Amino acid sequence: MNLNFLDFEQPIAELQAKIEELRLVGSDNEINISEEIEKLEVKSKALTASIFSSLTPWQISQLARHPQRPYTLDYIQNIFTDFEELHGDRTYGDDKAIVGGIAKLDNTPVMIIGHQKGRDTNEKVRRNFGMSRPEGYRKALRLMKMAERFRMPVLTFIDTPGAYPGVGAEERGQSEAIARNLFELSYLRSPIICLVIGEGGSGGALAIGVGDRVLMLEYSTYSVISPEGCASILWKSPDKASDAAEAMGITSSRLIELELIDQVIKEPLGGAHRDISFTSSEIKNALIENLDTLKYIEIDNLLKLRYERLTQYGVFKA
Amino acid sequence: MSNSWFNKLLPSRIKTEGTSNKRNVPEGLWTKCSACTAVLYRADLVRNLDVCPKCSHHIRIGARRRLDIFLDPEIREEIGAELEPIDSLKFKDSKRYRDRLNQAQKNTSEKDALVVIRGRLNNLPVVAAAFEFAFMGGSMGSVVGEKFFRAVNICMENNIPLVCFSASGGARMQEALLSLMQMSKTSAALAKLSQQGLPYISILTDPTMGGVSASLAMLGDINIAEPKALIGFAGPRVIEQTVRETLPEGFQRSEFLLEHGAIDMIVDRREIRDKVTKIISMLTNRSIPEPVKTEEVNTTPPIVESGDSSDHNTFKN
Repeated sequence: MNLNFLDFEQPIAELQAKIEELRLVGSDNEINISEEIEKLEVKSKALTASIFSSLTPWQISQLARHPQRPYTLDYIQNIFTDFEELHGDRTYGDDKAIVGGIAKLDNTPVMIIGHQKGRDTNEKVRRNFGMSRPEGYRKALRLMKMAERFRMPVLTFIDTPGAYPGVGAEERGQSEAIARNLFELSYLRSPIICLVIGEGGSGGALAIGVGDRVLMLEYSTYSVISPEGCASILWKSPDKASDAAEAMGITSSRLIELELIDQVIKEPLGGAHRDISFTSSEIKNALIENLDTLKYIEIDNLLKLRYERLTQYGVFKA
Repeated sequence: MSNSWFNKLLPSRIKTEGTSNKRNVPEGLWTKCSACTAVLYRADLVRNLDVCPKCSHHIRIGARRRLDIFLDPEIREEIGAELEPIDSLKFKDSKRYRDRLNQAQKNTSEKDALVVIRGRLNNLPVVAAAFEFAFMGGSMGSVVGEKFFRAVNICMENNIPLVCFSASGGARMQEALLSLMQMSKTSAALAKLSQQGLPYISILTDPTMGGVSASLAMLGDINIAEPKALIGFAGPRVIEQTVRETLPEGFQRSEFLLEHGAIDMIVDRREIRDKVTKIISMLTNRSIPEPVKTEEVNTTPPIVESGDSSDHNTFKN
């Protein structure tokens, strides 16, 4: 089994392996088999298209957590220039599960804040799997307040399983840190665009997810609890995660239908990791487009619109 | 009460005062304290506001009773009583959300997990909200969020403070992302209230966890907790599974939160009314109005549903 492919992608992996094999054979011998390879590549593409045309929510949530999926720092490198990372909450520490800093988006200075996961084991541990502690949310808030002072737009990249459930996090006020961000972001005097790039996990995601626009990458997810968590509470069995993913409607296509997000950014065939530069340019275009709209809205008006937007969420019988 | 002299003659166990408090008392004359297992006479317990007379354990109480013992008995107006939940996702786990709602509504006689009443506290006008934990674990979905939002709006329109008693397991999973959005909705509303200079007193009761703790419950100008209430973001079981160690005694209890600076004070249920009165009167720089003479008080006030606004003028500052 090829670990770069998820289980439902294994037929693609097998085809790819065959193509690689042929390439090796081709370079060994003088026989021209490029035609055969081309054929197989067309087939592989068609197979990918067919598998990806009918992904289940559970498969999409696996894609959102794909080990090769680009993380915040990957996008920062591909989309922005002059990035300067800024560290620390000035009170307790520097949470490496959230990164932030100033950078330029097509010559416009912006403040970027995002969850950061690790690629290898060491890095994963250092980044705490993208699960922030209170000091992470407080660092984020500090940077957003700085953006407000210097009239910079705020761009957030969301990719977290959730806020970290640990003893220290509770001692230092995990609840308060999240709540404070929701409170402060509702009237922060800078345009805010939030983009879910992978996992949008619950309160930990929302803590940097309150803004004027909420965008999602096609194969990212956004939910109140992880499918496994929901399954183990409501179905009393974590094996029912795929049912929970289905029931909660955590995918970008479902959430735009429900009008809970504003825009879905297309990913390349097979997911963001198959073509980072394509994904990055799609994101860049979307960010620039949205910022262009937001920057012409007078700030008091923008805050009014944001407040209306935040407080209109809800479906009930009156 | 016209027959109050007569009541004084009766032995304590036959007294009938505080009839409105009886609403949530289940059948049976005797009950056991869940903490010290002392056998208690139920009427004594009710009179003691469901605090165990032997060990001071604060037994969980419902939203109606909570507001009933907190607010002055006269002039109450319920806010948003007409709001009802909708299963917009057609959510179904081992049970359908619709069935869970019906069951909860039948068990609690509430439409959802928050009750909001505009009334008076020692004659100071306030809006008070309380979570009904018995309604799907006091979970916050669209109706809870909207009621809380309306409570804040009434406060802002009339320049009166807000008090909220939380008791909740967190966001309601059956409303999925919509329930997560109630966290930002209620927090945004509280930011507006704060900008208008109106006090918000958050009273955290057992238990206040997850999305409710990480939004409206922790945002009080003053955060008060009842003794030994479980308060936190992640549930203790989840934390134990994550860190793979047993949690220390008293972890995530009110006393732990006070020690770590998350709350201002721990207040005994029997003193909350007067404590909050005092705090609000100081924060708003108003003297506490003269208590109304008991003779003038109707002890069994009807809870008027909103829409009937004949009493509105009495609330204006």
